[in-house]
Amino acid sequence: MSLQFILTVTLNGLTLASLYFIVACGFSLIFGLMRTVNMAHGSLYMVGAYVGFAVFDPLYASSVWASQAWLIGILAGIAAAALVGVIMQVAFLGWMQGQELRQALVTIGLSIIIADQLLARFGGNPFQFFAPDMLFGPVQVPLIGRYPVFRLFQVGLAIAVGVGLWLLLNKTKLGIVVRAGVDDRQMLAACGINVPLVAATVFALGAGLAGLGGVIGATAQPMALGVDARFLLMSLVVVIVGGMGSIGGTALGALLIGLAEQWGQVLFPTYSVILTFVIMAAVLAVWPQGLLGRKPT
Amino acid sequence: MIIMSTRRWALTAIGLVILLALPLLLPNFWLVNIFGRALVYGIVALSLTFLAHYGGFVSLAQTMVAGVAGYSVAMMAPTAIPLGDMALPYALAIPLAVFAATMAGAIVGLIAVNTREIYLLMITLALAVGFSLFAQSNITWFNGYEGIRNIVGPEIFGRPFRTPLVFYYTALVVAALLYLLVLYVVRTPFGLVLQAIRDSDRRTAAIGFHVGLHRIAAFALAGFIAGWGGVLITFYNIGITPSSIGLWATVGVLIMAVIGGLGHPLGAFIGALIFALMDTFASTIIGHDRFNTLIGMVFLVIVLLSPDGIWGVGGRLAAALGGRNRNKNADGGATR
Repeated sequence: MSLQFILTVTLNGLTLASLYFIVACGFSLIFGLMRTVNMAHGSLYMVGAYVGFAVFDPLYASSVWASQAWLIGILAGIAAAALVGVIMQVAFLGWMQGQELRQALVTIGLSIIIADQLLARFGGNPFQFFAPDMLFGPVQVPLIGRYPVFRLFQVGLAIAVGVGLWLLLNKTKLGIVVRAGVDDRQMLAACGINVPLVAATVFALGAGLAGLGGVIGATAQPMALGVDARFLLMSLVVVIVGGMGSIGGTALGALLIGLAEQWGQVLFPTYSVILTFVIMAAVLAVWPQGLLGRKPT
Repeated sequence: MIIMSTRRWALTAIGLVILLALPLLLPNFWLVNIFGRALVYGIVALSLTFLAHYGGFVSLAQTMVAGVAGYSVAMMAPTAIPLGDMALPYALAIPLAVFAATMAGAIVGLIAVNTREIYLLMITLALAVGFSLFAQSNITWFNGYEGIRNIVGPEIFGRPFRTPLVFYYTALVVAALLYLLVLYVVRTPFGLVLQAIRDSDRRTAAIGFHVGLHRIAAFALAGFIAGWGGVLITFYNIGITPSSIGLWATVGVLIMAVIGGLGHPLGAFIGALIFALMDTFASTIIGHDRFNTLIGMVFLVIVLLSPDGIWGVGGRLAAALGGRNRNKNADGGATR
C-alpha cells in the first residue's frame, strides 16, 4: 500500500464526509432547536436534486445561460427544499410541538408522499448535473496526482457551510435566539420572540442545506431513486455518532463515517457497511449522547 | 392465569371461528394474498405493537429482525436457489431461524439499551437500513441484490406449504398463538415490570428491578415473535431479497401497526389487513403505481387525527355510543 494510495483513499473519505456534513448538519440543526426528528430529510435532499435539475437542464441546453446554469440550479434546489421544509413545519409539525414521536411519524408519512410524487413527476431515470468549467476536470494535487477538482470544491464548501453556520449561531442575533430556543422555548416566547417564525426559519435553513446537498451530491455522482434512504440513514448515523444539535459533533461524525466508509470499502469490500454500524454501536455504548452531544436536560 | 375476561374470550372465540371458516367463504386469492398476507405481516407488526404499547419502545428494527429469521431460514432451506452449504431439513431450519431472530432482537435491545423514545427510533431505523444495505452488498451469505429464491416451505401433513389452505391455516395458527402469547406475557410479573418501565423507568429501577435486562428481554421476545413472521413472510414470498427488508418495508410495518393502532395487539393485524387491501386495490382507487401516495396519506391522516389508529377510532365510537369507559376499551390487556 503506497503512500499515494493511502492519501487518495483518505481524501476520498474526506470528500464523502463533506457531503455527509452538508446534509447532516441540516438534520442536526432542526433537531437541535425543535427536537423534531425529520425523517423526511432524505426526501428533502431528493427535492433539491430533482427540482434543481429540472431548472438546470433547459438552461444548460440554452446558449445564453449555460455558464450560469449550475449556480441557478443550486439556488433553485435550495429554494425548493427550503419551501417544502417550511410547509412541513407550518402546516404539520408546528402545532404538535413537543410530541416528538408523533412528529417523527408525520415526517415519515410526508417522506413517503414526497418520494412517490417526485417519482410521478420526474420519473425514475438517473441523471447528473454538469459542474461549470471552473470546477470540472482533474487538478494536480501534491503526493496524490490528478484528482477531480469538484471533489476538492466539496470539501471547501463543507468548510464554508460549517464556518457560516457557526458564525450564524454564535455571532448573530438570530443565532442567539435559536440557541435560547434550544434551552427554553417557553421563556423565549415570553421574551416577546416570535418562536413559530424562528422555528420556520430554522426549518427553512435545515431543509435548504439538504437541498444544497442534493445538488452537490447529484453533481458528484449520478442521482437515482433510493438515495433518500441512503442520505436519511447517513444523516441519522452521523448525528447519532457526533451528538445532536452540535455543529462540531456533526463534523466529527461525518468525518468518522465518511472515512470509515471509504477505508472499509478498500479493506473489506462487502463488509464495509458493518463497520459504520460497529462505530455507531461502540459510540453509543460509551457516549449515549454522541461524541460531542450534550446530556438532555 | 386469566388472560382475558370471559366476554373477551367469547369475542376472541367468535373471531377465531370466523377466521377458521373463511376458506369456505372466500376464493383462494383473498385467502392467501389478503388474509394470509395480513396474518404473516401482522405478526411482525404485532412484535412492534408489543414493544411500543407495553414497553414504550417504538422500534423500527422489527422488520430487520424478521429479516434475520427470513435470511436464516433461506440459507438453511433444502430447496434454496442458490443452495447454501448448510442446508438442513425445514424441521431444524425453522426453529434455528426463530432462535437467530430472538438473538438479533436481544442484540438490538443491547445496542439501544440506554436510549429512549426518539433516539431509540433513530438508532433502530439506522440498524434496520444498515442490515438491508449489508445484505445487498454481501454475496457470500446473502447473494446480494438477488437474494435467495425458491424457499417453498415444508410439507405439512404431506401437502406442500404453498397450498392455499395449508398456508392460510398455518399462518392463522401461528398468529393466534403469538397473539395469545403477548396477552399472556403482559400479565406475568415480567410483563408488569415492563409496563412499569414504560410508565417510569427510574422508579422501576429504584424499587430494585434491573431495567436494562428487562428491556433486552423484551426485545428478545419481540425478536422471537418477529422471527416467526419473518419465516412465514419468506415462505409467502417464496424467497427473500434485501429490498423486502429495506427502508420501505420497515416503514410499511410501522404503518400497519400505527394504522391499526398501537394501543392493542389486535391493532397490528387490523392494520396489516388494511395495508394488504390498499396495496391490492390501490390501482383502482388512485391510479396505477401511486400506492405509496395513497398509503402515505392514509398514514398521515391517521397520525394527525387519531394517534391510536383505527382501534382507537373504534374504541372512541364504542365509548360515545355505549358510554363505557374508553380507557378500558383501548387498553385491553394492560388494564383489567
